[in-house]
Amino acid sequence: MVEGESVALLGRNGSGKSTLLKLVAGVMAPDAGCVRVRGRLAGLLEVGAGFHPDLTGRENVHLNASILGMDPRAIRARFDEIVEFADIGPFLDTQVRFYSSGMFLRLAFSVAVHTEPDVFLVDEVLAVGDEAFRDKCLTRIERLSDEGRTLVVVSHDLPLVERLCRRGVVLDSGRLVHDGPVREAVEHLRAVL
Amino acid sequence: MSDLVVQGVGGGLAAVARRRYLLTLLVRKELRVRYRASVLGLGWSYVKPAVTFAVYFVGLGLVLRQNSIEDYAVYLFGGLVVVAAFSEALGNATRSVVANGELVRKVFLPRELFPVASVCVAGVHLLPQLVVLLVGALVAGWRPDPVGVVALVACVVLTGLLATGLGLLLSAVDVLFRDVENVVDLVLTVLVWASPVLYPTHLVESLLGAGSWGYALYQHNPLTVAVDLVHRATWAGASPGNAALVPPDLAVRTVVALAVAVGLVALGQNVFRRLSGHFAQEL
Repeated sequence: MVEGESVALLGRNGSGKSTLLKLVAGVMAPDAGCVRVRGRLAGLLEVGAGFHPDLTGRENVHLNASILGMDPRAIRARFDEIVEFADIGPFLDTQVRFYSSGMFLRLAFSVAVHTEPDVFLVDEVLAVGDEAFRDKCLTRIERLSDEGRTLVVVSHDLPLVERLCRRGVVLDSGRLVHDGPVREAVEHLRAVL
Repeated sequence: MSDLVVQGVGGGLAAVARRRYLLTLLVRKELRVRYRASVLGLGWSYVKPAVTFAVYFVGLGLVLRQNSIEDYAVYLFGGLVVVAAFSEALGNATRSVVANGELVRKVFLPRELFPVASVCVAGVHLLPQLVVLLVGALVAGWRPDPVGVVALVACVVLTGLLATGLGLLLSAVDVLFRDVENVVDLVLTVLVWASPVLYPTHLVESLLGAGSWGYALYQHNPLTVAVDLVHRATWAGASPGNAALVPPDLAVRTVVALAVAVGLVALGQNVFRRLSGHFAQEL
């Protein structure tokens, strides 16, 4: 993959998409070979990993942003933007366990998209909140991509993948079976399914 | 342009040092979460040692007449504080990677952070107890002396290093074999008896024999050294006769124990790094 590319990983359940993302993120180590990444990487392998229900929204923003690799200065600088994007109103200083699931996801997603990584990994997490918020998230991700950041998306939502990515890679049982423009990849996948 | 790097290669404790801010947040989270919805909050970290102390003081000191040791309260509390801090640190550190399994599976961050954070939390709990110990020692007649200060610092450093080294080692192995946490719990309950916390050293000496290897082993147990150090730092100065009862060769044993502890940290780091590649799969 080259810098600034937006790639969709496609395939059936169990074809190895998420595993590949985890290998890229360094969460898992490959049995053979190696995966190398240039620049700062943020994996959105699951929204809200590291959120703790007993902490307030504010505390969770700090904790989660730090977990995702932001330094304290960047967190302070971005804090208002993160909160504004999440749009959770007066609940910022409420413990997260009182949040509705939608509010929780909004805040978590907002933190993740504001980490401003060079490489952004997204795994099936775009089913966030209501339609308006989902659209806001997609716009944000598109902007990250337009800014020349590299994007790797795993999703079964084919129209969404076509919107976000240029290149599509189809996996089957851990093997690459198709690699090309996203439209062709999606067609290939539809034909196989 | 930055270099191509393999993500997720364990940077060991150096990586933890680079992520200090995250470490402080994790420690704060741990403290917040542990005392969630509790009225007494951090006060529990006073109540628990106070009760343990009271039980031993009444049971051993008054009933079994161990208070033949001069200033037994200071003697007992000093040792208990050290052993309790070590137990808390190691017990929680051992579980820390498994307990944070969700994060380990989803996000890459230096996983060494988790056991180190557990040790730091125990350190936060230790601090007020040390203050209580020092105040108690002052009341008993102790006055600070330079060697004592060095001994106290050495005690804290030694205990911290031991807990960090063993914590790294055991938390990594615990991911593969959850038996580890049960074994650790078992060992920790015995621990208070394996060092001169409740009774004077000379009883062990006469039981095992002064020159025996068993006694040498007992004396070189790094935690025994830590307990001796805290006794040297506080209890030894409380009454005139106490200093002579601090076991000999403490300086040499301290150096050996520190070397052992540093070795354990190196070993722990190494094992942790090797096993951390499997964490995400095993959790």
